[in-house]
Amino acid sequence: MSKNLTRREFLKLAGLTIAVSLTPSGYRILSAEEVSKDKLFSPNVWLQITPDNMVTIVVNKSEMGQGVYTSLPMIVADELEADWNRVRIMSAPAGKQYVDPASGMQSTGGSTSIRHMFEPLRKAGAAAREMLISAASKKWGVPANECKLSNGTVIHKKSNRKLTYGQLCEDASKEPVPQKPSLKREDDFKFIGKPIDRLDVIEKVNGLAVFGIDIFVPNMLYASIERPSAFGAQILSYDREAAMKIAGVNHIIDVHTPSYGYRGKAVCAETIEGAWKGRAALNMKWGRGSHPELNNESLQKMLAEHLKKDGIVARNDGDARLALNKASKKVDSTYILPYLYHATMEPMNCTAYVTADKCEIWVPTQNQTGVLQAAEKITGLKLDQISVHTTYLGGGFGRRFETDVIEEAIEVSRATGRPIKLVWTREEDVKNDLYRPANSCKIQGGIDDKGRLISWSHKVVVPSIFSRVFPQMMKNGIDPAAVEGVGNMEYEIPNVYVEYVRLDTPVPVGFWRSVGSTHNAFTVECFIDELANAAKKDSLEFRLNHLKNHKRAYRVLEVAAEKAGWRRPLKKGLGRGIAQHLSFGSYVAQVAEVSVDDKKGTINVHRVVCAVDCGDVINPAIITAQMEGGITMGLSAALKEGIELESGGVASSNFHNYELLRMHEAPEIEVHIVRSKEKLGGIGEPGVPPIAPAVANAVFNATGIRLRKLPMTPETVKEAMVKV
Amino acid sequence: MGYALTARNAVILYALSGSNKNERFAGLKGEDMITLEVNQKKYEIDVSPDVPLLWVIREHLKLTGTKYGCGMSLCGACTVHVDGKARRSCQIPVGEAQGKKITTIEGIPENHPVKKAWIKAQVPQCGYCQSGQIMQAIALLSEKSHPKDEEVLNVMSGNLCRCGTYQRIKKAITIVAKEVKK
Repeated sequence: MSKNLTRREFLKLAGLTIAVSLTPSGYRILSAEEVSKDKLFSPNVWLQITPDNMVTIVVNKSEMGQGVYTSLPMIVADELEADWNRVRIMSAPAGKQYVDPASGMQSTGGSTSIRHMFEPLRKAGAAAREMLISAASKKWGVPANECKLSNGTVIHKKSNRKLTYGQLCEDASKEPVPQKPSLKREDDFKFIGKPIDRLDVIEKVNGLAVFGIDIFVPNMLYASIERPSAFGAQILSYDREAAMKIAGVNHIIDVHTPSYGYRGKAVCAETIEGAWKGRAALNMKWGRGSHPELNNESLQKMLAEHLKKDGIVARNDGDARLALNKASKKVDSTYILPYLYHATMEPMNCTAYVTADKCEIWVPTQNQTGVLQAAEKITGLKLDQISVHTTYLGGGFGRRFETDVIEEAIEVSRATGRPIKLVWTREEDVKNDLYRPANSCKIQGGIDDKGRLISWSHKVVVPSIFSRVFPQMMKNGIDPAAVEGVGNMEYEIPNVYVEYVRLDTPVPVGFWRSVGSTHNAFTVECFIDELANAAKKDSLEFRLNHLKNHKRAYRVLEVAAEKAGWRRPLKKGLGRGIAQHLSFGSYVAQVAEVSVDDKKGTINVHRVVCAVDCGDVINPAIITAQMEGGITMGLSAALKEGIELESGGVASSNFHNYELLRMHEAPEIEVHIVRSKEKLGGIGEPGVPPIAPAVANAVFNATGIRLRKLPMTPETVKEAMVKV
Repeated sequence: MGYALTARNAVILYALSGSNKNERFAGLKGEDMITLEVNQKKYEIDVSPDVPLLWVIREHLKLTGTKYGCGMSLCGACTVHVDGKARRSCQIPVGEAQGKKITTIEGIPENHPVKKAWIKAQVPQCGYCQSGQIMQAIALLSEKSHPKDEEVLNVMSGNLCRCGTYQRIKKAITIVAKEVKK
């Protein structure tokens, strides 16, 4: 079977094909015949059983390390009683028939893959199971309830007969499609809830997994783009002739994209080294750009000035101001956080080929719908003339939701008439990201004489992501990401006031793993600690006292604290900090153990204990890995990361001046899954938010120093030490 | 362009097809060819000697398991073995690699204890950095079958992983060390 097969080809394949489509009246389960007859149905899930005994599941989500190529098939395989060794996935082509039924888009983000696909995948598996049983019972002339399924076979015990799914699939395809197949009881789950090994690991260990950067198309050219050195910079001069002299260079063209504007000058060559050398030979001189005054200091000033403004009210419970006046203790703090780079290990890349009647794209993307729309806009072709092949993603983290590199590759292919493989350098990748927005907030809290929190006022200053990406989701001028985690903060406080001040800067911003929670969890969870300290309460007790009616948050805090030995004394020089946060439907609490080198100012994080409640558990091994990954990425940002701005552009350029956490700095991580019967939560992102505040709180516990600025570099630590 | 499915594990592989057109345009004569030995196989490549070994391996020979990450020896994604030592292929001009034995991730047998330990510890997430990590770990373990913790950290801290698999890499290395008798 080929990967890029069309819908028609897929439907023509022998065997049993089941599709599930979300209609206004609920899920409809369809046969291949029904799908091809009735164009009105847009199935979201596809499952196929073929005479070779293989079960193929078309996965409409991108694999970027979060494990969907394993967890999504597990759901189908369980309902189907499939032989796990004969389950395979096919990455879905881009098209209306593969959209996520809940979002209406074919995209991977917001920690939604399992949450959105669980129900339709189960139904697909269950429907196929019932059809296989009907087919077997007819064939054998025995009642259906005497047929049992196991490991890819239907068995009739009494007569000692067996048929494999492959042997039955043709007959089964002629059975009526059940609309309400019975779903398995949880106790009968065979795969769901078990730590099944990932299907993609063997390929990845052998260097055989194909990422976007590994694509080759016959007759392709390589492209490399010389990009403005500052925001809005114009070309002053360049040496076209010198670049054309480089071996293999054959095109030099300006690249404009519909969604991201002018991108720079592309040099195309027969080899990658030719394209990169050619770009250097351009010896491009850029003007000062549109905001030459923009740098680290001016950004800090802008944030501070915006903090003085009144914002749009995002939450207003009781009367926070009045309550603050009555408080017996008051705390007032300001926090500052930087722009963050995604740093996917695989730099942005795309291969595209545009001809008069076709556009083909090979790309590691989180946003197939966005790719189709961009290709349609640029080429003027119809959707059915555009095909998108999703490769493995060498990291996504929200960065690959953007279509900038895709639009560039399509533009260059259109201009040259050749297939184009465009690979960004690491420097381009650092300097041309859509960053996690820099932000600042001012929080005022008041405690009464019994040590109870009575007032919380929180002003967030942050650039808006949604106004560009999903403007329809802006509500009264409020970006949902800006106040995520504050607007829905669960601490039981009678008077809460949350306001949002939008900051506009030339620095583009986008979704960065856990989005608004990356900053709001830090500020809320550090401030709660500050309040606990002001109330002279243990920071765990103080949190629990204000979460009496919020059992899930309460429970993860308790579990993390217990497993970390919260009440056990620590060795001298160590400090312990705790934080919890709800994001993407999941509750996560973390305890960090740190020590601080007071001469060097370095923070060493020795151990992190994590408790997570994400409701139903599909694959606990993947949940654990995602928590480990989220903690490591969050810790990297907390301790090391921040984009440097200089002369109206990004000064950071590679891993020497935008450092990531390395192995010797990585803590020992322990993950505890708190099983609950609650609604499914996401798992890709919720591990990130609590770690930064847990570490800052641990630093306070160890040293008495309160860090309110990220990253917590040795310089910031030493600076804070001087102030104390 | 053709595609194939792996039979056992079901994840899709792109068959890396397409002609190498480098020879067509470069116009270099046979005597200027670079001779390279990669994974015990000899290659003659029409490429300038200053091109980084990384690009020759990946884009010319299409052994794409070796990855580009930074081009500055900062991330370790491009780690290969040159005469048995772990080296960053982005920093080696291909001319200097002539006459040396180069091994990439594709040249390490599937049943190699380090690869097996990587599977046992379920190390990879996105997987992009893992070829480099594995090549670095093999070099470390072939020099020292039982490295101390700080030796592991010292050597492995040159390899970045954004997915945060560090703890599992440490575990996989421990698994290998344990299996080898002291």
